[in-house]
Amino acid sequence: MFGSSRARALLIFLGPALLAISVFFFLPVLAALVMSFTDFDIYSLGDIRYARFVGFRNYLQLFNDPLFWKALGNTLYFLVVGGPLSVAVSLGAALLLHSRLVRFKPMFRFIYFMPVVTTLVAIAVVWRYVYHPRFGLLNAAMGALGFSPIDWLGDPDWAMPALIIMAVWKNFGYNMIIFIAGLQNIPASLYEAASIDGAGPVQQFFKITLPMLAPTTLFISIITMIGYFQFFAEPYVMTLGGPMNSTLSIVLLMYQQGFRWWNMGYSAALAFVLFAMILVVSVIQTRVQKQKGDLL
Amino acid sequence: MKTLRQSALMVLLVVIAVTTLLPLVWMVMASFMPSGDASSVPPPFFPRTVTLEQYIGLFTRLHLGRSLFNSVLLSVAVTLISLVVNSMAGYAFAKYRFRGRAPLFKLLIASMVIPAQVTMLPLFLLLNKMGLINTYFGVIIPGMASIFGIFLIRQFAMTIPDSLLEAARMDGASDLRIYWSVILPLCKPILVTLAIFTFMGTWNDFLWPLIVMTDDAMYTLPVALANLAGEHVQDTELMMAGSVMTVLPVLVVFAAVQKYYLAGIMAGSVKE
Repeated sequence: MFGSSRARALLIFLGPALLAISVFFFLPVLAALVMSFTDFDIYSLGDIRYARFVGFRNYLQLFNDPLFWKALGNTLYFLVVGGPLSVAVSLGAALLLHSRLVRFKPMFRFIYFMPVVTTLVAIAVVWRYVYHPRFGLLNAAMGALGFSPIDWLGDPDWAMPALIIMAVWKNFGYNMIIFIAGLQNIPASLYEAASIDGAGPVQQFFKITLPMLAPTTLFISIITMIGYFQFFAEPYVMTLGGPMNSTLSIVLLMYQQGFRWWNMGYSAALAFVLFAMILVVSVIQTRVQKQKGDLL
Repeated sequence: MKTLRQSALMVLLVVIAVTTLLPLVWMVMASFMPSGDASSVPPPFFPRTVTLEQYIGLFTRLHLGRSLFNSVLLSVAVTLISLVVNSMAGYAFAKYRFRGRAPLFKLLIASMVIPAQVTMLPLFLLLNKMGLINTYFGVIIPGMASIFGIFLIRQFAMTIPDSLLEAARMDGASDLRIYWSVILPLCKPILVTLAIFTFMGTWNDFLWPLIVMTDDAMYTLPVALANLAGEHVQDTELMMAGSVMTVLPVLVVFAAVQKYYLAGIMAGSVKE
């Protein structure tokens, strides 16, 4: 039964996937690492012999490049403001939908989830007009409420908040679904016991709901952060990184350096800086989860 | 008291629902407006006259039908191919014992932390060498296998009892036969979920097709739309029609299969 026919079957089953992943994923990762230590540019594109090893020059250049720091700052801004905001909105929506008093739950869940499945590029195009200073819906609505108009995408101070608002709108439904699953896993007996002991809804929320949701919240925060690290299409479509580089992101800078100016060595170094940051976040997650597991 | 709280909750839910829907509904409304109508003060929400001129313009002048075709073709092709490749590998990891299985699987899982952007520059050079830039294969080949897909299938296939496979083997079924007639039918729920994920992921993908497709005729809808958005900044109504065309297919698919889609998010969120 463990003869050569099984071995052959194993080869047939595993071969295509492992081959594809090795050649089109692992090999490029290693090649990118090597590339990040070379001066690979448009000339090397024609003949690879023009590429030379330059050691850590790309990385050093990167850390001396004001554009890199600008892009890093913007990306962290997106992450630090947009991440918690988006998790909070998701939790709020999940709590509302979890309430026993609510009717038409499937309908609301469907509506809240709609932006998640939509194409980011199309949504960015739509929101560019929603944010239009004169003809945009948002300023019209705010005008009706007595606020003065804002040049959302044209003002360096407002462009990033504008992208964050759009991202929260687009993404909150995803984490909401995971939060709802987390809420459903909290045993009802906990709340019953708390009620008998005289705990009100607010106390129950802080003493039962939030602690019980902690693992879910951690997981959601991490995947949200990893996703937000990679934001690209929003600035590409809506602002091209402007005004005054106020929405330039790491991946947008990487794309421009690599595929517009063909500074591929430099761009590869950028990619690895991105990878390093994502790795740090992931390691923290694993550590915290392990600690939690030890405590239990 | 209870009805008061209930009404307050419902009001809140409706407010969020309206906020969520408003940009999407306005997109549809504006796509039916004649050129220039959306750019007035105050901005109109409903079209004064309903016209299909934007959609006609997209298909005739701007050849967006070609991009629609590319998007459909690529999304379907990537979905079908990756489904076969990933399900075979996932099944092998779940039910075959071989040397190095555990470390190999661990390596794959660990490498999920590597963002796709890292691979893009060398992948571009590699596909360029292979002559696959600006071809359908340039999008299909990197999408052929996914570690996440293998992981999903493996988790599901592990719940299939070994006795079932042994029984099939006793009856003289070959390995391929067991995969095709026993494993695949039993894995149907996770296959459907994975199919939806892959289809939508490919449809919505932007950065990679933007890099690989260098010619208008090969653009997918998101790439074509982003390209148009740069050239036709003033044509609000036209851009809204293009957005509707890009978004509508995924929304329809989602509406039809949301149960599986949401189940997939849960399955992905409980990993390890």
